[in-house]
Amino acid sequence: MTNRAELTRRDILKSGAAVASLTLASGVTLMAFGGSADAKGADAGKRWGLLIDAGKCDADCSDCVTACSTENGWGHGDHGSPETDPAWIRKVTLKEQSTGRTVSAPIMCQHCEAPPCVDVCPTGASMQRPDGVVLVDKHICIGCRYCMMACPFKARSFVHEPVADQKVNAPRGNGTVESCTLCVHRVDKGRIPACVEACEQAGHSAILFGDLNDPDSPISKALEQYPSIALRDDLGLNPAVRYQNM
Amino acid sequence: MERTIYREIRATPQVMQLGGLLAAFILAALWSVYTVEHHGHVITGMTNQIVWGLPHVFAIFLIVAASGALNVASIASVFGQKAYKPMARFSSLLAIALLVGGLAVVVLDLGRPDRLIVAMTTYNFSSVFAWNVLLYNGFIVIVGGYLVLQMMRKVDPRLVKAAGLVAFLWRLALTTGTGSIFGWLVARPGYDAAIMAPLFIVMSFAFGLAVFILVTLWLFTLSGRIFGDALLIRMGRLLGIFAAAVLYFTAVQHLTNLYATEHGGVERFILRDGGIYTLLFWGVQVVIGGLAPIALVFLNPSRSSTVLAATLVIIGGFAQVYVIVIGGQAYPLDIFPGFDVIEGFNEGIVNPYAPSIYELLLGLGGVAIALFAAGLGAKVLRVLPTNLSDANLPADR
Repeated sequence: MTNRAELTRRDILKSGAAVASLTLASGVTLMAFGGSADAKGADAGKRWGLLIDAGKCDADCSDCVTACSTENGWGHGDHGSPETDPAWIRKVTLKEQSTGRTVSAPIMCQHCEAPPCVDVCPTGASMQRPDGVVLVDKHICIGCRYCMMACPFKARSFVHEPVADQKVNAPRGNGTVESCTLCVHRVDKGRIPACVEACEQAGHSAILFGDLNDPDSPISKALEQYPSIALRDDLGLNPAVRYQNM
Repeated sequence: MERTIYREIRATPQVMQLGGLLAAFILAALWSVYTVEHHGHVITGMTNQIVWGLPHVFAIFLIVAASGALNVASIASVFGQKAYKPMARFSSLLAIALLVGGLAVVVLDLGRPDRLIVAMTTYNFSSVFAWNVLLYNGFIVIVGGYLVLQMMRKVDPRLVKAAGLVAFLWRLALTTGTGSIFGWLVARPGYDAAIMAPLFIVMSFAFGLAVFILVTLWLFTLSGRIFGDALLIRMGRLLGIFAAAVLYFTAVQHLTNLYATEHGGVERFILRDGGIYTLLFWGVQVVIGGLAPIALVFLNPSRSSTVLAATLVIIGGFAQVYVIVIGGQAYPLDIFPGFDVIEGFNEGIVNPYAPSIYELLLGLGGVAIALFAAGLGAKVLRVLPTNLSDANLPADR
């Protein structure tokens, strides 16, 4: 699924004139035609994903949430209510009804292979990169919130008030919708998402990041070896975020 | 009978006062929009859980009623009922006016209403929302053309009938699109049902006719024209049938859901344990907006019964849209089947919603825009017949 802005850029890239201008000022050209300079880092051969081991996740730890908030600049200076504050990632603790077993895990955008938010977005602002990461193009989001109605995971937040102290890598805007970007700004530079790093630093290593398309990647091997589940697997959306020991 | 003569309503002081009142509501809505744009949606009752609020209830009611208001014209042009023919022009005008009012609310509630041009020029065709943008714009163009054809002199009646048929089919598509906004949301147990599209169509029949009856009577009273009892009672009976159809589709919607164990939770919520939503469903939607108007128009057919029935259908209709839109979001998403959430903010609980004054003013502003546009149309265009007395009605066929 691609959005119109991206198609336009591709069309232009096909023409010789665009190739010339791209050579002269690649970043400027990409931005001017509505794409993001980072998108050139998206590799269609990859599919980035997370494997979250709920067995290793500490119910009292929320370092992943803090790290995401710090990295992407949400949750600071928001003075609304918890109901209106953004939450790109959140921690939940669950109790299994039949056994009474409790389990804790972070929930974020599940980066579905068939994302309902992308299907329903009227302008194509809600989009999927070639590497499977689901993002919101803040330039064409009109703030209709239909994606939030469509998301089965409550993963998206609407920015309810003017924002300050934005991070260069995660532009935000009052009146637009936002969610976990899987830290594409880091991933495109070969780094791991902030939540994964924070979990490692906290000594839990409950979140594994990697390329689901690469059979030799640690995440693929772990998925092959141990049972895991996807949230709302019944919907057939094939999320890139999977859970173990839930 | 005399020939049907269409005349503009006159600008009496009463008409001007009412116009002024509606303009005041529109200004209040614009103030509300400005305030929300300045501070953000944080000052409204809408949240990240209840993402669509009272403005959307107003908007959806108006959009659904818009397609239904066209029914009077369709009954005349497409189904050949001559008694409805003199009202066909105003029916088309009111349909456009209601749609404009509803769309104004949707657009003005956007997080970025300044990007309307983006919504009009950048389409994602897998989005039913984007299709609706085309359906809404197409409706205004098609019904506008249909109105012009009706008002032109010496036009082949077959052409008018053909335009009426296109408009009728388009309005069915439009309401299908509006219902599908909810019907195609697989994530939420309160929606995700194919019956939403036909349900919205029968809702539009009832709401649209009710609004048409009240607005037309209002303009007739303002301009001192006669609306015959027999015609009104006949329209009341039709409204009763439409109200019964809404109840039938509502019953099928809930019975189907009740049969599936996985939907038991949301059904118990709406039908039994949902507090305000349960009250609105049984008390306002079913009894006040369904059973009462049906009883009124069939057991005691009269002028006042019809007016009261139309009013009750509108009240019940608002409750129905409220239960669908807000109730469907208040019921929590089932993200972790088989688990209870013991820690996690707003997870697995009924989401609270208290609409703010800003949302109410915006919604009322949409109603005011629709009524102002309809009244202005009747003021400047020859769309209202001078005489709808029973003696002046054309015989059917």
